[in-house]
Amino acid sequence: MAVAVSQPTAPPKQEGRRSSRSRSERWIAWIWIGPAVLFAAIFLVYPVISTVIASFQNSDSTKFVGFKNFQEVFTNPGLLEVLRNNLLWLVLATAGTVFLGLIIAVLVDRVRIESFAKSTIFIPMALSMTAAAVIWRFVYAYAAPGQPQIGILNAIWTTFGGQPQGFTADPKNDILNNILLMVAYVWMWTGFCMVILSAALKSIPTEILEAARVDGASELSIFFRITMPMISPTIAVVATTMLINILKIFDIVYVMTGGDFGTNVVAVEFYQEFFNFTNFGVGSALAVLLLVAIIPIMIFNIRRFRVQEAQR
Amino acid sequence: MSTTQTTSGADSSAELALKPSGAAVAAGQRRTLAGQLVHALSSSTLTVIVVLIALLWSVPTIGLFVSSFRPHAAINSTGWWTSFFPPWQFTIENYQNVIQSQGLGQAFINSLIIAIPGTILPVLVGAFAAYAFAWMKFPLRDWIFLIIVALLIVPVQTILIPVQNLFADVYTSTGFGITGSYIAVWLVHTALGLPFAIYLLRSFFGALPSDLFESASIDGASHLRVFFSILLPLSVPSLASLVIFQFMWVWNDLLVALIFLGGNPDRAPLTVNIANLVNGSTSAPNYEVLTSAAFLSMALPLVIFFALQRYFVRGILAGSVKG
Repeated sequence: MAVAVSQPTAPPKQEGRRSSRSRSERWIAWIWIGPAVLFAAIFLVYPVISTVIASFQNSDSTKFVGFKNFQEVFTNPGLLEVLRNNLLWLVLATAGTVFLGLIIAVLVDRVRIESFAKSTIFIPMALSMTAAAVIWRFVYAYAAPGQPQIGILNAIWTTFGGQPQGFTADPKNDILNNILLMVAYVWMWTGFCMVILSAALKSIPTEILEAARVDGASELSIFFRITMPMISPTIAVVATTMLINILKIFDIVYVMTGGDFGTNVVAVEFYQEFFNFTNFGVGSALAVLLLVAIIPIMIFNIRRFRVQEAQR
Repeated sequence: MSTTQTTSGADSSAELALKPSGAAVAAGQRRTLAGQLVHALSSSTLTVIVVLIALLWSVPTIGLFVSSFRPHAAINSTGWWTSFFPPWQFTIENYQNVIQSQGLGQAFINSLIIAIPGTILPVLVGAFAAYAFAWMKFPLRDWIFLIIVALLIVPVQTILIPVQNLFADVYTSTGFGITGSYIAVWLVHTALGLPFAIYLLRSFFGALPSDLFESASIDGASHLRVFFSILLPLSVPSLASLVIFQFMWVWNDLLVALIFLGGNPDRAPLTVNIANLVNGSTSAPNYEVLTSAAFLSMALPLVIFFALQRYFVRGILAGSVKG
């Protein structure tokens, strides 16, 4: 460990050979990671490889067809819309959860009712997607004009003189439908971001903040010059988690609209190809696309990981 | 803020060099009256904003909760917010119905049988691996870590068919039927939870100061001792949050239970039962049953969250490095 500190830029493998402890550590380390590696190999890596193979095969996996399934994904208008929706989700829902999570974590850190407020915002995380879907169907519920609206959103909308809207179910407003589904997701997952970011905020030593205040730093400059740099690794962790989660978004869309009204996403389309159309080729190709989309996120992670290593 | 700045700028930084903690206290007390007013005003404005956000966040859940106590006719004819005004129409019949005749009591126990091992296994296996990835040196370490974290992307659906084929192969070769038993669900949940557990714990463990591990290894402490007597106690807050999230994911999972329990109604967890209730109502959604069933399924995760919340305490790490 001491060697690593004195030569921060050298790759870890070379340092390892220098001390006797590191030599035996190689084998000990395998015992520590062994169970995890076994689980990952049997239940994740092997199934993924069979799926990749199936993506180059025909619909019942009996014959290789080259890139035909991928060609289908990128030319079929329905499938292109699915890709667009996933992109919308990635940008808007990730930004929404991380941004709101950070703002709320910072706000609640300064009020006396902190634990009450955090609990309230975290509660949706405890719900199953089915329950959340029931809740938001309730919020978005539609009744014909003149009838009493049992959905709170339409009740508010009609009180201000609007016509009742078929929220999430209006084929003309497919972008809005997607955003309304994202609202349900952001509602569920902001609490997750908030809890982790709040823990990071609390790990900043009080002395540093106090010293800055004593030196006359304003709260804003404390936030941008001390808090943000210190929690930025955690923000990266949270944002990456959200990106990965949202990339494979499934339950909310599946339960709330079933992918209708221009709201279909890759994971739901994948499910339908597999279980409804039994087209294993296209279904697997969609799954492989999700896997390929992770690569930029992973490259970002590797870089951050290297920087963190070098600093140790 | 500006008043504090002008009064306590230069002189207190001189004090700071001599006696840091005393200077901080003195500066806090030396606020002018105007400064105190601004502070009080902004903190009460902040409180109002936080209360509004909390309220906005609770409205949908309150709607579900209130509706779960309303009779069938009321739910479908008026908005839930009207029930706050007379005539009050509330009933606990919905809950009696779902617990007794809809079998959600047994489903609750089944959910526990699935979720407890489904939480302990991935957190334990993940913590061991995360420790090795953070504080041991071995060939291919970064690559193995990278591959495991890359598996975060694997959608549940991708592994369903191949894993089920695998279980079927085990059955034909050894006669041991995994599909339909709780073991299948535990194994799959452990595998699915591992990448996130390792990813999260690796970054928490890695963020701990290396001095801790250096002084421990100079003292001749073994990895097991460092892990159990230094790392785990220090990581209680991060472990607590991981346990909470993993438990909720397993508790709220529908798809894995649906596929790997093979539709066995005796072993079905809450989510499968609720999904059957959703699909069972052919015409209009049966809101009075759905809302009360959904609230039942929320109860335990909520209790656990509130019980473990005290672990999110300020500065546990800073305290241990200082002390």
